[in-house]
Amino acid sequence: MSAAPGAVVPRRRSGAQQSPWWALLFVGPTALGLAVFYLWPTVRTLYLSFTEAGMFGGYTWVGLDNYAALLADPELLTALRNTFVYTVIVLVGIPVAVVVATLLNTPGLRGRGVYRVLYFLPVVTMPAAIALVWRMLYNGDYGVLNQALGAVGISGRSWLTDPATALVAVAVVAIWAGLGTSIVIFLAGLQGIPASVMEAAKLDGAGPVRTFRSVTVPLLSPSIFFVSVVGIIGALQVFDLVYMMVGRNNPALPDTKTVVYLFYEAGFLDNHRGSAAAIAFVLLVIILGLTVLQFRLQKRWVHYE
Amino acid sequence: MSEALREALTDTASARPAATAATRPATRTAPRTAPAATTPRRRQPWVVHALLAAGAVVMVFPFAWQLLTAFKTFQASVQVPPSILPDPWVFTNFGEVFASMPFGSMFLNSVLLTVLRTAGQVVLCTMAGYAFARLSFPGRNVIFVAFLSVLMVPTQLYLLPQYEIVQALGWLDSLPGLVMPGIFSAFGTFLMRQFFMSLPAELEEAARLDGANPWQAFSRVMVPLARPGIVALTVFTVLWSWNDLLWPLVVTTSPEKMPLSVGLAQMVGLHGTDFPVLMAGALLATLPMLVTFMVLQRQFIQGIAFTGSKG
Repeated sequence: MSAAPGAVVPRRRSGAQQSPWWALLFVGPTALGLAVFYLWPTVRTLYLSFTEAGMFGGYTWVGLDNYAALLADPELLTALRNTFVYTVIVLVGIPVAVVVATLLNTPGLRGRGVYRVLYFLPVVTMPAAIALVWRMLYNGDYGVLNQALGAVGISGRSWLTDPATALVAVAVVAIWAGLGTSIVIFLAGLQGIPASVMEAAKLDGAGPVRTFRSVTVPLLSPSIFFVSVVGIIGALQVFDLVYMMVGRNNPALPDTKTVVYLFYEAGFLDNHRGSAAAIAFVLLVIILGLTVLQFRLQKRWVHYE
Repeated sequence: MSEALREALTDTASARPAATAATRPATRTAPRTAPAATTPRRRQPWVVHALLAAGAVVMVFPFAWQLLTAFKTFQASVQVPPSILPDPWVFTNFGEVFASMPFGSMFLNSVLLTVLRTAGQVVLCTMAGYAFARLSFPGRNVIFVAFLSVLMVPTQLYLLPQYEIVQALGWLDSLPGLVMPGIFSAFGTFLMRQFFMSLPAELEEAARLDGANPWQAFSRVMVPLARPGIVALTVFTVLWSWNDLLWPLVVTTSPEKMPLSVGLAQMVGLHGTDFPVLMAGALLATLPMLVTFMVLQRQFIQGIAFTGSKG
């Protein structure tokens, strides 16, 4: 590239002239890595979902058998139900995070940074460790939660081994653990709302609650939309917390087993790789379906400026 | 958005509340209409403080209880009603953690896993992201769409074949097996591309006109400018690597090869409901990240908000 002084160089031409070898240098390693470890595996999983793993390695083609067996399997239906219930409960964290972020955004509030750090602590904590701590708090015999409830005359239960409460108990921990991330994202969104808008609402006689409902939430809706899309995708893939909080011998396991737990069991504990692959594809279809649905529905409630 | 974001994020605990308040009155239009209704700005909203403090207690209590339990005897931990402070304070729980599993190796594995994955991702994703944002080459859009499709697929879809590949390479139960798939990231590439797209082209064009080749323009001009994006990617990858459970659980089988997350899962099997020992283990496993967060809190929070706004 020889640019003679004074030569007229069109502004938009940047980068248009270098040799493609440069691009290969920049993109090549990542492209190769993603192709080997991510793209090809996706195709391979699709293939596996039509096969059955033999006793001594090797796979036999079984067509749609895995899918047929799965759809008729009550365990998958239970896992789907558990996953959906869990996801719906986890979504409760979004309004909580919006409220906390709004409170944190109060003009002139002192100690905002301290609060933000405290709410953020679980985000930097290993889920495996979080699960251990909450196992202790939830313990039926001497967990501090039941002791506190007992002090006010409520008799608790063994939250994590009772099929009626185990899933909810895990979801509550997920809300607690994820709050910090959502708050930080909402706080960034709130700071983008011009102060003049808030002042105008105030001058029109709107109280804090009315302002929150009619001004803050609609203006924050793009952030809320983002957090709920990412949150639903994450919740549908929950594994860590269930694996760590609900043990293999826990009587509540059937009522807390999620889709990914089932996948892990089939693929890595029971050597039913074909059926594990089919579970992964069922999950993909659900995730894509729900994500597309959310993008469709966003026109009804998300306000972009 | 990014301007507001920056403002939101640079505003830390000590960042002069007076200054924020001082910028507000400029935009206020008619304060004279209702003088009685305008409360003085400087007074702290105590109701807000009460609500936030109550929430903060819920956030912090599990950590506090974990810390205290790690120093209790087993008897004290199951006492009804519970004693808040350990009596007596014991340090043997930490010894038991080290005695029951190779905690030192697990710690080292977690550190290596995190450092190698993060270094790999930062270098590779920054390069690839730059190329997608700034270079034109044949097939760019097709390759980019392929990258995006990886983003949309849940992890479980490539887990089985990844396992097969790592197995075929003889990397099961080894550090390369733990690290390898995680150094490539479609998300990181997308994040860095978005960041490079938002940078002005002028500086780079000037460098190119001065005869710099794409590598020089990238490493000397663009990388220094991309620091906020790189920080965000680093934070995201560090947290994800340190905390990752499913992949390490699948590829490691011997305790000396496991990272801390899997070690904690093992501990449940070993110690059941011996909560003081479990809490000591959990404390040791999370402390490094908590301390790092305390030191670099601004970068952490900024990084997560950044990935949240771009991702």
